[in-house]
Amino acid sequence: MRRRVLPGLPLALGITLVYVGIIVVLPLAALVFKAASLGPEDYWRIISSDRAFASYRVTVLCALAATVFNLFFGLSLAWVLVRYRFPGRRLVDALVDLPFALPTAVAGIALTTLFATNGWFGGPLSLIGIKVAYTPLGIIVAMSFTSIPFIVRTVQPVLEELDPALEEAGQTLGASDLSIFVSVILPLLTPALLAGVSLSFARSLGEFGAIIFIAGNQPFSTEITALLAFIRLEEYDYPASAAIASVMLLTAFVMLTITNLMQARALRYTARG
Amino acid sequence: MKIRLDNVVKTFETFRAVHGVSLDIESGELVALLGPSGSGKTTILRMVAGLEYADGGAIYFGDENATDIPVRERGVGFVFQHYALFPHMTVGENIAFGMKVSKVKRSPQAIAERVKELLDLVQLGGLKDRFPGQISGGQRQRVALARALAVDPRVLLLDEPFGALDANVRRDLRRWLRKIHDELGITTIFVTHDQEEALDLADRVVILDKGKIVQEGTPEAVCRTPANAFVMNFLGDANRLDADIRGGKAYVDDIAFEASGVADGGGQILFRPADVTWREHGHGIAARILRVIDRPDSRRVLAMTGSGQPVEFDTAPEFPHRKGEQGFIDIRRPRVYATA
Repeated sequence: MRRRVLPGLPLALGITLVYVGIIVVLPLAALVFKAASLGPEDYWRIISSDRAFASYRVTVLCALAATVFNLFFGLSLAWVLVRYRFPGRRLVDALVDLPFALPTAVAGIALTTLFATNGWFGGPLSLIGIKVAYTPLGIIVAMSFTSIPFIVRTVQPVLEELDPALEEAGQTLGASDLSIFVSVILPLLTPALLAGVSLSFARSLGEFGAIIFIAGNQPFSTEITALLAFIRLEEYDYPASAAIASVMLLTAFVMLTITNLMQARALRYTARG
Repeated sequence: MKIRLDNVVKTFETFRAVHGVSLDIESGELVALLGPSGSGKTTILRMVAGLEYADGGAIYFGDENATDIPVRERGVGFVFQHYALFPHMTVGENIAFGMKVSKVKRSPQAIAERVKELLDLVQLGGLKDRFPGQISGGQRQRVALARALAVDPRVLLLDEPFGALDANVRRDLRRWLRKIHDELGITTIFVTHDQEEALDLADRVVILDKGKIVQEGTPEAVCRTPANAFVMNFLGDANRLDADIRGGKAYVDDIAFEASGVADGGGQILFRPADVTWREHGHGIAARILRVIDRPDSRRVLAMTGSGQPVEFDTAPEFPHRKGEQGFIDIRRPRVYATA
């Protein structure tokens, strides 16, 4: 074996793998195992029930909407934090992490209070006929709130490292600001944006605490999949709960695979040849 | 394209980077802006490019006042020190970029042909489909040059173009750049802090210090008649001895040097290490050898004059004297300046 500068690789590797096994793989395996204890027919019946389908629909659509919103808002937030110096910039920068630090239930209660028809935002909005709390719109708000740091924090460091000379080079070559942004900056941010988007989307799919307060949780309209799994759990119907959860697991897995492939494609220029 | 800078001033917050610089650059000339860091040379280049705006003064391209023309309409080719190639585009796409975004529409075939032409010019024919991360530093800088030339610039501006490369590649690229310049005849300004590079490459050298031009002229003129002690020191190794100037003569330890036109009072004489002869007897400034350093093609001698001032000079490898010996140094081509 080649000599290494740092000792203890086999030990470190062993411990790491055991931890990954216990913390990540084992619970997921238990979930799949539990779901598999149902026969194929029962499994299919549970995951394809109308109520379950309605929950997939609202969860995925709201997560998509929240992620698209975060993509634009998160990118512009990161842009402003990196490119401009203004009083309070550090404060705004610190606030970005707040959704991570805040217990999601607190976020949910706060958002509900704000967006209820008698709340600060909900009041004025209801006057123009927009209802947020207890509608899918509320779910989107809660999802965006809890997942926006993913986009900001993945894009920000890449944006900071971007060589200003690249934009200057674009200018000297006669490119407009728009074409510099579209053909130089955006492609270089794409891998980070994809990473941020996939994390944000995955988090939105799985978000529970913040949503159940604001969503109203009406089956077939504002009931998210995580809540449905939770309801089954409370009914002591563990296999059904696991079956529904396994659908979420599969969705998250497929989604992460797709974004990883897209990322590899966007980064192909870094391959050494 | 003839370029004229008329009393250009630039201040960054509180720091004044460029103090009223005026400069004429003839069409087709290759000019070096030479100076230490902080001398304002890069700022001047960036103002010519339009990447910085002058706070005062004007910049003319031919007869046109270009001071307020935005960079993207100024028609300059700019080569950055660290290449600034677009990492996600291939070499060919990098070169084509300027033509693709140009208001002058070109057909894809015309662009492809021009890219091929430029790749041949910079001798990188086979690298069209590589990414910048996959080629060497010298190759990247040549791609950067091809990209800058692709938009048919009126002026070519290079900011420390060889600063990030190692010595051998530097020398090759320097000669090659001179060849390209002679082929294309494009007005070119480049910035460097390396005097050897400036003297090797330029038709005319502009030496800057603290945001002002201290001397401009052909490499021969600046080498043979440095305008002041700063230029003398900056262009190469120089010895400096304190002198008293009285009636057109500079005296060092009672040895007189010609100093016509230098005001009486405190002065200094400067001379190159190669312009010293060691004598055991006779005329010259008394000195003692402190150390002898061997070099591949010479010996460098460190000595101390009778009045305690250090002197370094170069001799033939056969120089027979050793540490501790006494003798006299005879100085050729001394330059005498009043102490600033």
